Amino acid sequence: MSSTQKVKVAFNGTAEQEKALRSMIKEHEGQAGALMPILQKAQEIYGYLPIEVQSIISEETGIPMEKVYGVSTFYAQFSLYPKGKYRVSVCLGTACYVKGSGDIFNELKNILGIEEGQCTSDGKFSLDACRCIGACGLAPVMTVNDDVYGKLTKDQLKGILDKYAD
Amino acid sequence: MDRKVLICGGTGCTSSGSMKIADKLEEVIKSKGIADHVKVVRTGCFGLCALGPIMIVYPEGTFYSNMSIDHVEKIVEEHLINDRIVEEYVYEETKTPDGIIAFNETNFYKKQNRVALRNCGVINPENIDDYIEKDGYKAIQKVLKEMSPQDVIDVVLKSGLRGRGGAGFPTGRKWQLARDLVKDADQKYVCCNADEGDPGAFMDRSVLEGDPHAIIEAMSIAGYAIGATQGYVYVRAEYPIAVHRLQVAIDQARERGMLGKNLFGSGFDFNLDIRLGAGAFVCGEETALMTSIEGKRGEPRPRPPFPAEKGLFQKPTVLNNVETYANIPQIILKGADWFASMGTEKSKGTKVFALGGKIHNTGLVEIPMGTTLREIVFEIGGGIPNGKKFKAAQTGGPSGGCIPAEHLDVPIDYDNLIAIGSMMGSGGLIVMDEDNCMVDIAKFFLEFTVDESCGKCTPCRIGTKRLYEMLEKITSGEGTMEDLDKMEKLCYYIKNNSLCGLGQTAPNPVLSTLRYFKDEYIAHIKDKKCPAGVCTKLLSYKIVADKCKGCTKCARNCPVSAITGKVKEAHVIDQSKCIKCGACMSNCNFGAIIKE
Repeated sequence: MSSTQKVKVAFNGTAEQEKALRSMIKEHEGQAGALMPILQKAQEIYGYLPIEVQSIISEETGIPMEKVYGVSTFYAQFSLYPKGKYRVSVCLGTACYVKGSGDIFNELKNILGIEEGQCTSDGKFSLDACRCIGACGLAPVMTVNDDVYGKLTKDQLKGILDKYAD
Repeated sequence: MDRKVLICGGTGCTSSGSMKIADKLEEVIKSKGIADHVKVVRTGCFGLCALGPIMIVYPEGTFYSNMSIDHVEKIVEEHLINDRIVEEYVYEETKTPDGIIAFNETNFYKKQNRVALRNCGVINPENIDDYIEKDGYKAIQKVLKEMSPQDVIDVVLKSGLRGRGGAGFPTGRKWQLARDLVKDADQKYVCCNADEGDPGAFMDRSVLEGDPHAIIEAMSIAGYAIGATQGYVYVRAEYPIAVHRLQVAIDQARERGMLGKNLFGSGFDFNLDIRLGAGAFVCGEETALMTSIEGKRGEPRPRPPFPAEKGLFQKPTVLNNVETYANIPQIILKGADWFASMGTEKSKGTKVFALGGKIHNTGLVEIPMGTTLREIVFEIGGGIPNGKKFKAAQTGGPSGGCIPAEHLDVPIDYDNLIAIGSMMGSGGLIVMDEDNCMVDIAKFFLEFTVDESCGKCTPCRIGTKRLYEMLEKITSGEGTMEDLDKMEKLCYYIKNNSLCGLGQTAPNPVLSTLRYFKDEYIAHIKDKKCPAGVCTKLLSYKIVADKCKGCTKCARNCPVSAITGKVKEAHVIDQSKCIKCGACMSNCNFGAIIKE
């Protein structure tokens, strides 16, 4: 699922984050196929993978930048843009889709006023579609950060988002 | 210990708060002073996800469904202390005229035969002793003490076990090739495919969450058989609970010397690591998965060379799916004949299906191969909700097809499913009713494949995109009968020319719906109608004048002000303004708005 966000957000990583990143990369030294785990942990540190972070990874590992960029843009999990404080994700897997998650997704776009892959202007909510989180028994399902909401109907959505008011 | 209370800790039940219920339960049990008599166990998935959170109380086997924190006090007081089952909270199906029956006597459970799922919902997956108590790590000890690598392969071959990930390749043959093809390899690998990408399939997740040690044991058996000392489990990052439990299990096994150097003093070394997927469907394809473990873009490689010759890091590699491995320890312990006694002539054993969609009992079931779709959907699955009619069952995910009602009585196995235009896939089974549009479903899957095509080969990258556009044209009411022919030709072109399994099977949802539901395609093309009322561009919302009370609620809720009318008079929708969002229909209190 491609990110449609075009807004350029200034990179403001801290010295602490960079230190954590560099020491994490050192831990993977000499390990075959380490680029994926490194990118995954880097995303945990920064929340996303801006070019600045990718170039540190390239520098530390000696893997050419175009290879790093090739991998980070291949996988849906990696985001080159920052996400909202609350990441709303609607499952569009088959079981959820046949139970109307497409309507849920459209309604969320209406409520939040953003498209897939975008973030609200206050940085609070971002909206994504995902393919099956495996909670098919609860279809249709959405997640807000780590909270899972199942057996959803359109009229519950406003109330759920209101819980993340702060 | 007099009683055991099992609480489901699978993803489904955890999502609805089962772990908080477990905490509360322990707290109440402690405060009532019965902690010495009752053990609370957080298990893997029980299967009946539709009714979660689920709790089972032993020794009776009482099944409490739709549990909530508010039920805890009463169940502790009544059932655990006073031995009186709290009838109002038990699963409806267990209530009979003769009293409450155990859960395994209900329709959902009694036809099942749990082999791969045998420990799911039974043991605490984060406690290695629970697994050992259920004959855990006995198979690997038997293999190391009594069997040669070839003996192991012979047993697996004789059992008739075929790959549970989709294609159904005989597992024993795969192992034999990896053992024999390259004699002087300095390193070989054993991999486990837990990149369960088929939307609607969650059996691999449930096995990892419910019985992770079984996978560790099976992979070390495979390592011994082919001569590999290192294994990798490639698991989706979207499955945090499964990843956590597998890691806990690996650490525990290492601590006990059941993983790592010199297993059980036999001199055989086997190590295991987890690699996380990062959300790419194509990585479920074996060569793409290995490329991904190597830290690259997960693009497939042409075969040959097959992984048994040149796989991960160019070394001979065996890759099996989670469910396939889950069968191995028991095949070793109970023998090939036991396993081969279940199932059909060419498909032995059992298969786990994830029931989803328009079916009462959504969840996981494990049944012998050869069970009919009718038994699965109507007996085990409890049929279709809301009195709707069965239209189709979709199996095999984006690589599979839709099975219509006329084939409900076909015994399900690998070969029969292919003969009727679908495939086993990993075992997702999504039921659709009369409200689902089959053209829309085909379009849904194509959108998925377009999105997930890695782009390496042209037939898949461009072909699926063109196919999607044709479906888009048809669902917009702009298709022609000629498009149907073109579409079919394009389907075969993509099938025959794509590099990997993703492209080769991508047209299946289109082909199978064309085969069984051509009338729906024709209705979209000739009559410009969507019979199921799904394709929005072919729908119009209308207000039935007789039923409209003129309350103005629809007009107030219309986002584009397409509805006009005076108070207490029938309203009208301006079709040229209407964006078909359906807000009017969901807001009408009098059922006065219809779509057609």
